[in-house]
Amino acid sequence: MHYIINAQPMDVIADPRTSLLDMLRDNLGLMGTKKGCNQGACGACTVLVDGERINACLALAVQYEGREITTVEGLSGGSDALHPLQSAFIEHDGFQCGYCTPGQLCSAIGMLGKIERGVPSAVTADLSAETMALDHDELRERMSGNLCRCGAYNGIAEAITKVHAKVPA
Amino acid sequence: MTSIQDAAQSLLKTAIGLVPARWLPGGSPDPLMQKHGLIGAPVSRLDGALKVRGKARFAAEVPMQGLTYAALLHSTVARGRIVALDISAAEAAPGVVFVMTYRNAPRMASPALMNTKPKAAGTSNLPVMQDAEIHWNGEPVAVLLADTQEQADHAVTLIRVTYETAPAITDFDAAKGSTRVPANILGEPPSIERGNAEATLVQAAFQVDCTYATPAHNHNAIELHAATLAWEGDKLILHDATQMVNNVAWTLSQIFGIKEEQVHVRSPYVGGGFGGKSLWNHQILAAAASRVSGRPVRIMLPREGVFRSVGGRTMTEQRVALGARSDGKLTALIHTGTAAMTPHNECPEQFSFPARHLYAAENIMIAQRVADMNIVANTFMRAPGESIGTFALECAMDELAEAMQIDPIELRRRNEPAKDPTSGNEFSSRHLTEAYGRGAEQFGWEKRSATPGARRDGEWLIGMGMATATYPYYRMPGGAARIRLTADGRATVSTAAHEMGMGTATVQTQHIAERLGLAMDQVVFEHGDTALPPGSMAGGSSQTASIAAAIIAAHDAFKAALLKLVGNDSPLAGLKPDAVEARDGGLCSSEEPDKHETYVSILRRAGREELVAEASAPPPLEAQEFSMHSYGAQFCEVRVSEITGEVRVSRFLGSFDCGRILNAKTAASQFRGGIIMGLGLALMEETHRDPRTGRIMNPSLAEYHVPVHMDVPKIDVIWTDIPDPHSPLGAHGIGEIGITGVGAAVANAVYNATGKRIRKLPISLDKLL
Ligand code: FES
Ligand code: FES
Repeated sequence: MHYIINAQPMDVIADPRTSLLDMLRDNLGLMGTKKGCNQGACGACTVLVDGERINACLALAVQYEGREITTVEGLSGGSDALHPLQSAFIEHDGFQCGYCTPGQLCSAIGMLGKIERGVPSAVTADLSAETMALDHDELRERMSGNLCRCGAYNGIAEAITKVHAKVPA
Repeated sequence: MTSIQDAAQSLLKTAIGLVPARWLPGGSPDPLMQKHGLIGAPVSRLDGALKVRGKARFAAEVPMQGLTYAALLHSTVARGRIVALDISAAEAAPGVVFVMTYRNAPRMASPALMNTKPKAAGTSNLPVMQDAEIHWNGEPVAVLLADTQEQADHAVTLIRVTYETAPAITDFDAAKGSTRVPANILGEPPSIERGNAEATLVQAAFQVDCTYATPAHNHNAIELHAATLAWEGDKLILHDATQMVNNVAWTLSQIFGIKEEQVHVRSPYVGGGFGGKSLWNHQILAAAASRVSGRPVRIMLPREGVFRSVGGRTMTEQRVALGARSDGKLTALIHTGTAAMTPHNECPEQFSFPARHLYAAENIMIAQRVADMNIVANTFMRAPGESIGTFALECAMDELAEAMQIDPIELRRRNEPAKDPTSGNEFSSRHLTEAYGRGAEQFGWEKRSATPGARRDGEWLIGMGMATATYPYYRMPGGAARIRLTADGRATVSTAAHEMGMGTATVQTQHIAERLGLAMDQVVFEHGDTALPPGSMAGGSSQTASIAAAIIAAHDAFKAALLKLVGNDSPLAGLKPDAVEARDGGLCSSEEPDKHETYVSILRRAGREELVAEASAPPPLEAQEFSMHSYGAQFCEVRVSEITGEVRVSRFLGSFDCGRILNAKTAASQFRGGIIMGLGLALMEETHRDPRTGRIMNPSLAEYHVPVHMDVPKIDVIWTDIPDPHSPLGAHGIGEIGITGVGAAVANAVYNATGKRIRKLPISLDKLL
């Protein structure tokens, strides 16, 4: 099967039962994407497929053949510098153990993309609004699929808010 | 937790003649506890870049050649024996390398129970897959190894097991009917009586007498329990997710009948522990299967597997009765109750500990019992005992304040003791009333209406509640540290400590840099490996003080060794170790700081490439001399929907008194993390067990609810930052205090909002309708 993973073309041979998560971790050794439940409940396995966030544990690898996949290892675009959100997570202590962190990062980037595209959430009051504001409730609602048992939620929210504020509207 | 008290008590008996540690009476306090340089600074996590890049290698991520993947099969009955086993289909499935059951498992000794030996890590002392007997619903009965996880997960479903069942105790309500008194509660007596509390209670001007119930909880660290391991000859190499590397190594060596040095455990990063990552069956079984099959093994329990084979916090039923005079002084304090346990572990959930130390009641009665059940062994989970003990005690205090029509903080102030109410010891450092005052002011407590149901916003009833937080100070015996200084003036400090997100490595790097007079980037802190000097377990919020004490001891040895090298030409010539201190990359005379020589210069003149000093921490006698605890005040505002009963926490503030805070940034996260787990305890967390079969019915993160982003408001945390003169660095552990008191603060706020007292956790909406 062929994929573009973190901007690199890759060919993988895997059991058809293999989830996208296990393919990344076991077949490709990309251990940055984490397994916290393997059943779509924790968000630790969140990756970006063509810019959209998905739970890699709920996806079969074969489903995503030919697609562009970004994992935490690819967020900085191959450079040594960190993605601004990665730096903001460090600055605002958006993690403790760091196990949920790759999923939080990918999820937040996918989420900010949705905000930019004006996609509403369950708490959006005005569904017809042209532009979407990222207030505290919008952010928390949209990030609620990513569990953090260490409880770094305040720091994560601060980091995302800071980075979002700097993005030109 | 733990053997600490046992160990410390026996050490105390032989302590005569020991030089007191500097933080004991007679010692001079550590000057660093007053210093404001790196100590306390809000330094970002040093492992941050690694973690945000996804490059920190957790236990299940270490590469190994020829790896096999393990899957476990769990018993579906609570008690009985296996009468038939068919593994033929599983063995024939593609990719299967080995199937192990009690029939072909190697002979192994039963794990030594944690707290019974200094380095024991066992969470139960049951034999592990040694016979046909079943002891709980979920006990592993087979291990299967295959070339891929998919093959293993499928093949394990092909194993057929037939059980003959035996009567089992799986219903806590039934088990409560026959209880026993445990020999001790973590080294403390199970019951205490001061005066006659029952008799005083009935005569008291004001009384409350209530029963509280708390359910089972699971830690649910997001990293699943996992290990990657291999045998190299007779040596076991284990990459584990654990909060006790040395204990795991020693206990496994006993199980396999080998020497402790033959087990090498590494665990540099752990994806959350909270008490749950000790030694459970999966590491033992994976090591056994690897030994027999000759293949390396990776085991990562599925989330359901964690629920089935790793225990959590046990359920309790507690009675708190309070009697008070009309001036608010407590005349009677009774805290009794029962915790569920098993006959095979020693974890009685010390819910009565807060009541032993918090309030100056004239008559006190404490009594804890346990009810044996046939369930997976319960274990320590973040503030075992204190988290749920404070729920009962602090709700009862609120009920008493309500009955007396006085402010809940004022009631607590009036009962602030001068000495420990049960041990009679002096407090080493207690500034609880300051924590109340500062917390109340910042939270806006004066805006609380004493009348329940008085504030509303549309359908939402708004209420405020508070509760006291408390957790003991522990320092574990047995830790050591090594300082290695190299000719370039850099230092590496090593101890087998654990980094599970607490900030240990960052904080100790700050500490070492300050103590050695170096910049942080000149210091490396090595941890998480049994090849290093032994560390103590990361439990009981003890690790920071335990490591600090070991580093201080190693630093004393380091200074002495360095001064032996200086020779007559040095400005430091002739100075004794206690007359010098670290400054600017070297040592100077404490009296005349201008007499200074750098480490680089000392080593160069002595012609040395490096200097190594190692020492063990002195025994933790300070906790025997003093009543040593951390304190806090938790403040909560809730909004409760009158229509749905839904509870939303709208504001929260924790005000803490935990000695010196060593890193303002990571400490704030520790406090918040504890508080958030407390919100889970208050509002949603509950491990449901079918009372008929003992099977856990919600073994997933979809059905066991933990707080998510939307459940967590911005949480303010503040602290007194007053050093405890009797602890290393003046610090107390802070990993667990945050969860204590939260359950009661929420319940009290819910009462203030609605007028409904919920005495059974969690406060789910059905209880409010
Ligand atoms: S591992 Fe995919 S959602 Fe938990
Ligand atoms: S940082 Fe540990 S689970 Fe989020």
